[in-house]
Amino acid sequence: MSQATLRIQKMSGHAGPVPGESTQREYTVCKLIDTTTCIGCKACEVACVEWNDLPFGETVFDNTYQTMPDTRWNYWNLIKFDEHEREDGTFMWLMRKDQCMHCAEPGCLAACPADGAIVQYANGIVDFQQDKCIGCGYCLTGCPFNIPKFNPETKRVFKCTLCSDRVSEGLEPACIKACPTGCLHFGSKDDMKELAENRAQQLREHFNFPQAGVYDPPGVGGTGVIYVLHDASKPELYGGLPKDPKVPISVRLWKTPLKWIGNLAMVLGLVGLFGHYLRYGPKEPKEEDQTPKEGEQR
Amino acid sequence: MKPTQQLLPHGRILRYTFHERATHWVAAISYIYLLLTGLAFWSPWLFWIAVLLGGGQISRMLHPWAGLIFTLAVLYMAVLWARQMRMTDTDKAWWRSLREYITNHDERMPPAGRYNAGQKLLFWGFFYCALLLLASGVILWFTEQVPWNLRDLRYAAVLVHPIAALLTIALFMIHIYMSVFAERGAFGSIIHGDVSEKFAQRYHPGWYQEVVRSSEARK
Repeated sequence: MSQATLRIQKMSGHAGPVPGESTQREYTVCKLIDTTTCIGCKACEVACVEWNDLPFGETVFDNTYQTMPDTRWNYWNLIKFDEHEREDGTFMWLMRKDQCMHCAEPGCLAACPADGAIVQYANGIVDFQQDKCIGCGYCLTGCPFNIPKFNPETKRVFKCTLCSDRVSEGLEPACIKACPTGCLHFGSKDDMKELAENRAQQLREHFNFPQAGVYDPPGVGGTGVIYVLHDASKPELYGGLPKDPKVPISVRLWKTPLKWIGNLAMVLGLVGLFGHYLRYGPKEPKEEDQTPKEGEQR
Repeated sequence: MKPTQQLLPHGRILRYTFHERATHWVAAISYIYLLLTGLAFWSPWLFWIAVLLGGGQISRMLHPWAGLIFTLAVLYMAVLWARQMRMTDTDKAWWRSLREYITNHDERMPPAGRYNAGQKLLFWGFFYCALLLLASGVILWFTEQVPWNLRDLRYAAVLVHPIAALLTIALFMIHIYMSVFAERGAFGSIIHGDVSEKFAQRYHPGWYQEVVRSSEARK
């Protein structure tokens, strides 16, 4: 992996072709999170804050081990803790590292009106360019995972970058480096998918988790962050991970059919009015052209 | 507006008081700013408008404030004009003879009052769209404050806002066409306030009769 991975293949609010649109890479990058071996140590949270040099924010204690209820503009990586009672009465502690999922078809990017404020690199990383962000917050609406967060002071939106700066230099993201149990892996999407499927199979066959599986939701074209879950049929148990995330239907309606209908209607309206003027002209009757001007009559 | 003040020297008739003109222009100028910045956010092909107007960030910051000014102006217009904008039987007949209006046979139109049926549609269209734009606009203004479990509000707002805006654009284009290009004298009337007798007789005969009758009654 080199700087070439930062070639842009998708760009928000951009008129015309995107440079690097047709770039073919050998692989897209992917983060694998095995929730079954996460111990909730939060080393990844700290590593994220450290590497990205994010300003300190106060934590919120709500009688759980969770650092705060949700990710923040300056806290991009959060382990969600959930206590879960299984059908047989046994207790399970579900811990899921929550962060940007780096969708192949990102809702944030589709919703963004600012040219180049959200880009997807050729390696699949979805990144925000805060210098181009106009602070409209449409990405908050486009994202099905509640990830982009607004900084009220700077009026810009922030989220996990998948450490695009580290990845472009051939390093793994900071969270991966910090993980002590090996529940976090980083590599090509194909490799991570294989590793995840193997682990899920192992869980199903040897660890009495018949529903174990891999979370790589197709509704957003697959994600650059995939999970191994004990029970892939109920991802909601893991801090509200959506079962079948999609870019919201209203965002899709707004950005495609409505846009074209609206543009067509505006252009036809202008053409129609111009045509009317050519055909019928102004309403002022011809005979009045000969009469003296108003004001001269009296 | 006192009726006696309406007949002016040199065959002119006062159509819009200063009060009405000022309200109109507050709404018009704020609407044009909203339209331009809104179009910039609408399409990547028009984002250059935001660049011309000081950049995307400034446009995003000022658009909601212009929206507030616009809504207040429209609400105030409703205070001024709502009574005169009520639909009447003449208006129904007006719509039935729309073809005559479009082909400039205004003399064959049912006699319109101070506002014809088309102007009333323009007014009420803008009025209700302004309410929709305000409601959805507040959600878009403070998107980050909308809690995640109320996100349906955001989803509704991103659809309602552009749809209502497109409706106002349709009304706006017709309004500009009628007042600047089609009816000579209309644009001057919203600046200077007065129209010629001929203008009043041709486009608003009902209103003209009313003005003449009430000023004669005063004599």
